[in-house]
Amino acid sequence: MDIDIVNAAVLLANFVVVPAIAYGSQLALGALGITLVYGILRFANFSHGDLMAFGTMAAILGTWQLQAWGIGLGLLPTALLALPVGIAAAVAAALAADRTVFRFYRVRRSAPMVLSIASVGVMFVLNGVVRVIVGPDDRSFSDGARYLINAREFKSVTGLSEGLSVRTSQVLTLALAVAAVAALFWFLQRTRAGKAMRAYSDNEDLALLSGVEPDRVVLLTWAIAASLAAIAGTLYGLDKSFQPFTYLQLLLPMFAAAIVGGIGQPMGAIAGGFLVAFSEIALTYPYKKFLRYVLPEDMQPDGLVQLLSTDYKLSVSFAILVVVLLWRPTGLFRGRVL
Amino acid sequence: MKRLLAVAAALTMAASAAQADMKVGVLVGFTGPIESLTPNIAAAAELAMKEATDSGAFLGGKKVIPVRGDSTCVDAGAAQAAAERLVTSDKVAAIMGADCSGVTIAVANNVAVPNGVVMVSPSATSPAITTLKDKGLLFRTAPSDARQGEVLAQVVKGRGIKQIAVTYTNNDYGKGLADSFANAFKAVGGKIALAAAHEDGKADYAAEVGALAASGAEHLAVFGYVDKGGKGIIQASLDAGAFDKFILADGMVGESLIKAIGKALEGAAATAPGSDSPNAKKFQEAAKKAGVKGQDPFAAEAYDAAALIVLAAQAAGSMDRAAIQAKILAVANAPGEKIGPGELAKGLKLLAEGKAIDYQGATDVVLTDAGDASGSYKEYEVKDGKFATVRIH
Repeated sequence: MDIDIVNAAVLLANFVVVPAIAYGSQLALGALGITLVYGILRFANFSHGDLMAFGTMAAILGTWQLQAWGIGLGLLPTALLALPVGIAAAVAAALAADRTVFRFYRVRRSAPMVLSIASVGVMFVLNGVVRVIVGPDDRSFSDGARYLINAREFKSVTGLSEGLSVRTSQVLTLALAVAAVAALFWFLQRTRAGKAMRAYSDNEDLALLSGVEPDRVVLLTWAIAASLAAIAGTLYGLDKSFQPFTYLQLLLPMFAAAIVGGIGQPMGAIAGGFLVAFSEIALTYPYKKFLRYVLPEDMQPDGLVQLLSTDYKLSVSFAILVVVLLWRPTGLFRGRVL
Repeated sequence: MKRLLAVAAALTMAASAAQADMKVGVLVGFTGPIESLTPNIAAAAELAMKEATDSGAFLGGKKVIPVRGDSTCVDAGAAQAAAERLVTSDKVAAIMGADCSGVTIAVANNVAVPNGVVMVSPSATSPAITTLKDKGLLFRTAPSDARQGEVLAQVVKGRGIKQIAVTYTNNDYGKGLADSFANAFKAVGGKIALAAAHEDGKADYAAEVGALAASGAEHLAVFGYVDKGGKGIIQASLDAGAFDKFILADGMVGESLIKAIGKALEGAAATAPGSDSPNAKKFQEAAKKAGVKGQDPFAAEAYDAAALIVLAAQAAGSMDRAAIQAKILAVANAPGEKIGPGELAKGLKLLAEGKAIDYQGATDVVLTDAGDASGSYKEYEVKDGKFATVRIH
């Protein structure tokens, strides 16, 4: 019986907890960018998903170049070295989009909805550019050691009948996400520029009166949001696979995460990211095998005990969005109302 | 003056009629989930057309000119637009294609049947095509998945597997094959632990694999596409340690899968249409000379599909679409002199003399009245980084 409980725990860790932590970190990084842009520039930026794809694409091209030169990180993926390239490209793309599109509407003080619709246009352009440059196909760019803990080895070492697999990319995702979030919070709380950004977000006119330079705040916001997007996108691509249009599909869970947490609240984006990731995976996981371990024999289920078919994974984000907007529009951390 | 004009017009018409070559559409998914297979499929079909052209015997020395169109394998709208272009703008006499079952059915229903154009598909294997109301216009040189399901069931049973989980790509091909496999496997005493569809084009298949693993089976049958979801499912299975023993169907047989997955794929079993008959070997040699990979999936079927169109036109003595349709079964089946691969010149000459032929081709073609091939299957096993042939079913 005891060994069954351990087996059940390992099973759940392997199929739910570990993947959800990695996926949650990726969503949290993406949602942070969305929430920052919303909090400071005051519009829902739909081009964020494709900004991620753009940054990832640059990181992939950088990785290939490094691989061609024979430069690598041994056990770690080479993409880590190419990440600065991805960040630089994403920041450049975001600033270019701001110069050519968003600034025009900002200067006229257009309604947030106008900016949001403009961002849809930016999204299509970015997506097209990515597909032209790297092609629409699946691109693989992960190298180094794929597994930190291999399921088969885990089984033979522990003697359990369930295996646990932890991939390098999953650990890397968590580590980089923690580092990025820590740096962001330090920046927002402790530095002059960070304080200026928060002041601008709180009350634009008052901040301007106190001598905050608006152009600098906008520039910093885009730079930070784009950096987070490039990091999140590259980690997602490393962990899963890179196809230009899958980043568009990430947009909904990321927005759900930002809104659940309370849009404009960085802490909320992180909590929301993990909430959405865990709900998506836990609700679509079939618990048949898990229950076989924990229930006595006469109570074991015949069916899969799956709440939702995996086909409906995306609908979990929709459901969370609807529920939050109906009952608590400010989100968990009392953000703004969209 | 009037007379002169009439003579001139008659002359130019006669000249253009003599010069007009036969255009044949090559409609396969140059983009999409089997794009790594299609260049070779098209090349094999064009090899047969070139052979007919080079013989100088086709309709008194006319050429056969391939016109390519992109079926995309999965997007019915795009495939129909491409077929529409081939039929109305390029005015092809017949179409070699389409490739995947869903788009083949769509193109047949909406383009080929309304326009009366013959389609010979080298690779559409859905059982649904057998009973499709196609007015006798849709033929195929690849056998139906009703048969592949039976062969797969034998392969799985032969490996001593009693219970298996099945995942299939969510379309006509995947569903048809999964159903026919499930029926055949149950008939030989096996148990399907779970049969679940997967969508192509996702970044992550961990959730799908979780469901399949929860079924309790140790083996996973993947009826998907080599460059899309099928590969993702296998990668996710290995990542989670959920499955490491795979059974693959024809859509998954491609070197690119081994390249992407690597050693973990060793020992996987697969089936795809093919045979080791003398004709198959002869085709492979001829293909090799022309720079075509004759062993790759559906290359031989594509060669035969194109050859049937050319021979039917020759038998009809015309490039008329209806005339070609009327002669396809006659040249494909007995009676008549047997024509193997690389012998199109001989076949064309015999037909020109008014004699009957029985085209065997690279796959020993025999067509049923419904236009289906009753072909054979190869069983493969992944060994040393290659799909090695185990036996012929």
